[in-house]
Amino acid sequence: MAQTPATPAQADEAQLDPRLVLDEMKKNGVTHVVWLPDSETNFLYQLMEADPSLTLVPVSREGLAFSIAAGLATGGQHPIILIQNTGLMESGDSLRGWTIALQIPVVLMVGYRGWTRHGVNTDSAATYTERFLNAFGITYYLVETSADAPRISIAFEEARRTQRPVAVLMADEYHGFNR
Amino acid sequence: MFQTADMLRIFNAHRGDAIVVPGRGGPHWNKISTRPGRDVPLGDPAMGGHAGFALGLALARPADRVVLFDSEGDLLMSLGILPTVAELAPANFYHFMLDNECYATTGGQPVPNAKNVAYDVIARGCGYPRAFAFDKLEDFEASLPSILAQPGPVFAALKVVAEVENVPIGQRARWQTRTRDRVLADLRAELGVAR
Repeated sequence: MAQTPATPAQADEAQLDPRLVLDEMKKNGVTHVVWLPDSETNFLYQLMEADPSLTLVPVSREGLAFSIAAGLATGGQHPIILIQNTGLMESGDSLRGWTIALQIPVVLMVGYRGWTRHGVNTDSAATYTERFLNAFGITYYLVETSADAPRISIAFEEARRTQRPVAVLMADEYHGFNR
Repeated sequence: MFQTADMLRIFNAHRGDAIVVPGRGGPHWNKISTRPGRDVPLGDPAMGGHAGFALGLALARPADRVVLFDSEGDLLMSLGILPTVAELAPANFYHFMLDNECYATTGGQPVPNAKNVAYDVIARGCGYPRAFAFDKLEDFEASLPSILAQPGPVFAALKVVAEVENVPIGQRARWQTRTRDRVLADLRAELGVAR
């Protein structure tokens, strides 16, 4: 039997609307986005850049993001870190020393490169992402579609309550360039 | 080259109410500073991050002057912080860097190309509007008031005498007088920042 193609509406539901992500950030009082571009969050970047309530802090290596976020949080601001899983893994010691050890309540919004849903990974970046987070004891929430967006607020609440970094895995790479 | 402690004593006379991130100058600064509530002697949470932390503080507190004493070993690990600072250009950020040409706390091994790196040139090339290098204490002392009188970001590389430690880490005398948690709590209280 032939499969019925998805309607445009169904296709939209299967995507993550970046506007919802931005709304979640603002709802949780984010002031600064410390970030390095990735393919999962390209459209989000364009929205953030246009939003006067957010200050974008660009870094050139993901490990730099953690000490910057620690300084911002210590000074009373509310940063979020927006990086890809590849860069997260490069950042292990900074994650440990500048956020976990200093009890910085920051949400890590991590592009989940290689995520396939079915567990058969062809990209080792995906293979090691959750193992890495588990090794550091970082709780994480998976966000694939618009219906998952409220999980971002759960991550913010947990970061505030535990005074620790909490991760949101943004698993929507192929729609990152969609408008 | 000059002694870090001598340089910090000169700086202290001009400190005002600046927030100071003393980095690897912490052991000396702890004995010199008269305003510990505005000091952030964190030791070494993770090498290479002092400049990022101080930048974050400067961005968070634009009305407060933030002075960092970075080191060349730390900065070499994170040279990418320089264009980030330059792009955001916080006018309250003063970036001093202690250059002892080695990894003093691990036994004094030289950093890469130890004697031939022009850090002020790198900072200027990354977009810092002002960058300096000092290897004589009297020159530093003469220039410091004008450096601090103008807006940041500014970078100054300081050639200091290495104070090499060869004792195993577990046997070294602890220079910190407060835990990191206490340091951050004291700073938040000083700045009126709620947790």
